[in-house]
Amino acid sequence: MTIVLGGEQVASVIEAITPGSVTGHDSSAAWVRAETWPAVARGLHDRPEADFKFLNSVTGVDYIDHFVIVYHLTSLGHNHSAVIKIRCGEAREDPVVPSAVPVWRGADLQEREVYDLMGIRFEGHPNLKRVMLWEGFPGHPHRKDFLR
Amino acid sequence: MTDGFLDNAFFRNIYCNLASSGSDRCAGGGPFGDGLLPPGWEWLAFLVTAFVTVFVVVNGALMAVNLYIWGERRLLGRLQGRLGPNRWGPFGLLTPIADLIKVLSKEDIVPAAADRLVYSLAPVLLVVPVLLAFAVIPFGSSTWAANLNVGVLYLIAVLSVESFAPITAAWGSQNRYAMFGGLRAVALLVSYELPLVLSLIGVLMIAGSLSLVDIVNAQDVPFALVQPLGFLVFLIGSVAEIQRAPFDLSEAESELVGGYHTDYSGIRWGLFQAGEFMSTMVSGAIIATVFLSGWRGFDFLPSHAWFFIKFAGVLFVMTWIRATLPRLRIDQITSFAWKGLLPLAAVNLLASAVLSLIWPRPSVGELWAMAAVNVVVAAAAIYVLGQFGPKPGERPRPAVAPALGATGREGAA
Amino acid sequence: MPIRTEPVTVNIGPHHPSTHGVFRLRVTFDGEVVVDAEPVFGYLHRGTEKLAEERTYVQFVTLSDRMDYVASMTNNQGFMLAVEKLAGITPSPRGVWLRMIAAELQRIASHLVGIGFFLQDLGAFGTPLIYVMRERERILDLFEMLCGARITVSYMRPGGVFMDAPQDFWPALDTFLADMPHYVDEYERLITGNEIVLVRTKGTGKVPAETLVNASVSGPMLRAAGLDWDLRIKDPYEYYGRVKFDVPLARESDNFARYIVRIQEMRESVKIIRQCVEQIEPGPVRPKEVPFLIRPPAGDVYAHIEGPKGELGYYLVSDGTIAPYRCKVRAPSFINLTLLRDMLVGWKVADMIVTFGSIDINMGEVDR
Repeated sequence: MTIVLGGEQVASVIEAITPGSVTGHDSSAAWVRAETWPAVARGLHDRPEADFKFLNSVTGVDYIDHFVIVYHLTSLGHNHSAVIKIRCGEAREDPVVPSAVPVWRGADLQEREVYDLMGIRFEGHPNLKRVMLWEGFPGHPHRKDFLR
Repeated sequence: MTDGFLDNAFFRNIYCNLASSGSDRCAGGGPFGDGLLPPGWEWLAFLVTAFVTVFVVVNGALMAVNLYIWGERRLLGRLQGRLGPNRWGPFGLLTPIADLIKVLSKEDIVPAAADRLVYSLAPVLLVVPVLLAFAVIPFGSSTWAANLNVGVLYLIAVLSVESFAPITAAWGSQNRYAMFGGLRAVALLVSYELPLVLSLIGVLMIAGSLSLVDIVNAQDVPFALVQPLGFLVFLIGSVAEIQRAPFDLSEAESELVGGYHTDYSGIRWGLFQAGEFMSTMVSGAIIATVFLSGWRGFDFLPSHAWFFIKFAGVLFVMTWIRATLPRLRIDQITSFAWKGLLPLAAVNLLASAVLSLIWPRPSVGELWAMAAVNVVVAAAAIYVLGQFGPKPGERPRPAVAPALGATGREGAA
Repeated sequence: MPIRTEPVTVNIGPHHPSTHGVFRLRVTFDGEVVVDAEPVFGYLHRGTEKLAEERTYVQFVTLSDRMDYVASMTNNQGFMLAVEKLAGITPSPRGVWLRMIAAELQRIASHLVGIGFFLQDLGAFGTPLIYVMRERERILDLFEMLCGARITVSYMRPGGVFMDAPQDFWPALDTFLADMPHYVDEYERLITGNEIVLVRTKGTGKVPAETLVNASVSGPMLRAAGLDWDLRIKDPYEYYGRVKFDVPLARESDNFARYIVRIQEMRESVKIIRQCVEQIEPGPVRPKEVPFLIRPPAGDVYAHIEGPKGELGYYLVSDGTIAPYRCKVRAPSFINLTLLRDMLVGWKVADMIVTFGSIDINMGEVDR
């Protein structure tokens, strides 16, 4: 059975890696400051006690006044999982999050998909282009204010 | 020399009914008495008879290919656990006719970028040589259009014209899939022509003639037994030569869509299909004639039936192979030809040469002795090649993939 | 002296016999060798995730059928797990057993299709494909008995399934389970020992296990690299803890390893279904108290299952209304394509098609 690490546990692990990068936590997830995300990701991937080698999914959620990027991580060795959330884009114009591709290549297509459909730019992504829609498609359909 | 088709009773009757009774070719006139034409008009009788011969052979071949397409589709259906065409006519026998009507009524598209002349020429280049090849094949003890004294040479020459068709089609279509297919076809044909011809030479040495009729007459023991290695190489080589599975990489549907005939439609596409099936038939007929003693058999069946049985057997094996085996890769196919079949064909040639030095005009007993020696040689050669020959195992990857994003294409949009 | 050649760019797809739908690859060839490949997606994009935001939880079941349309049952199952986790529904036992039976049947069906088209990509003239379709038909017939539909089944509901299996389903299932191992033997006789298949698939399309993990690749591809990662064992959902089965592994991580893992998984699925049939208990197929319009409390949840093609995950965000606020699908077909370029570059055209076939994707799931 995969052990689901609670938000508090994940937060303490992250604090041990890069102090000052956690902005808070809830029952299921730890919230990470966007600027520190590359260092946190590297630590979560490399540190033996974290060992999150497997990135399950990358999701963008539009909460109207801000966006949240959700990362689901699993450690195949320890068989535990964690949820990391990053808040961004309060202004809705050009929200930016550092890319996780340098750490997990699995984020490649998923971040492109989030960029395509949610309009969140991933800084440091090597090939950030639209996936589902064609270049020049007006708007980003998964945003809540996208009109049909 | 020109007597070829006059050896056949049917064609000679036509000729002799036309030509005058004084003709040297049919002393005593035809069955209906004197010839219809006055003396000196033998050339017209000859022309008419030749035309009838060609008409019968060409149309016979075209009708037979329809039958063969039906048969192959039915057989494929059986092999794949389904019924095959069974709707149109008894047992679906008219399906090829329906297909023909469909293909004829379809639009004949010539791509805008295509080279019109070359594009239109390609299907003809495939079909005509195959029809020419039917001329020398003896279908029964006295049924052939021409008994050329260079029959085998003629077959090889005519059928090698066929290899121009894929590259012509590929060049004419100006299509990249077609180009891949055409280049593959050329690589394949260049590789397999050599073992194919080499494997025939052993037969020619034993038979002592290039005429297909003489080769059949020489087969007191079928040459498939006398020349097992040559038979094997020729069978594989001819499956490759006509580009059927597992050597169908020039049209490779799963890779190249249709290969060299990707752009063809309508009757031109139909000609390609018919040409492929006809070349399969020609290959089957050649194998039946050269290696399986053609029309010869036991007396309880007529000679044509024996030929047909052997011919159908070869076609059955070819269809069976097609239904069973997946396709090889281009480098595997060419290395199989050069490193596998060519040495085997060479060994066969050597063994046949030595044996025909020992027994220059083999009797039946000597043929059986040859068969015994050759079976041993074949087994040894195949075993040695399997042990020490090239292994088609792991192949090092030729290039290393660059890191992600190093494609040099546009970056973040 | 090397011959100077000019690279040629070819569009493979979206209309191509072996792109498994409307996939498109922009490939640059140098002769027969692939020097660059770029996948282009989106020809089947229907905006399923956006449509989910305007539908109730039960209505989304029909949309989930249409994602991976050769594995609708497992799509249903993953979504039901997420909804149940989100709304706190305890499913009724009989419903769960039925869901497991349906899902394992679906796994067999999906692997059959995967193997059939893999062999078709290898150039086998239809024979293996038609053989596997013959057995898939029988599975689809069983589905028809279960729910009246064959492909887009919409069989599962929060808390269980929407109807109980009819009486004549059980003998039919038994016959199928008795026959299936023999069918698998038949494929193995036709395919596994075939010299050409071995030559074509062994050693091609190799990827190291660490790269696969780093690229979030899951499912049979991961197990073909020797990684013992099967969510049915590692994170047992439903009643997978109560059935015993082995996880087939291979070490080579090449195309043949992926094929053989799928073949063995079909045998294991048959075992699982047998145990489900033994353990299934009478009772309602779903709890009476589950309302038609589910209003889960606000919050988010991620549930994943071991789909036939890999980890199929659903991330649901609820705002307390009858429709999900956000419904994200972690599509294994899509994410397994991350490494496609690395797997193709340097190989020949024929290997490219075979490697692509060995990933076993479904365009309905890739583009969603």
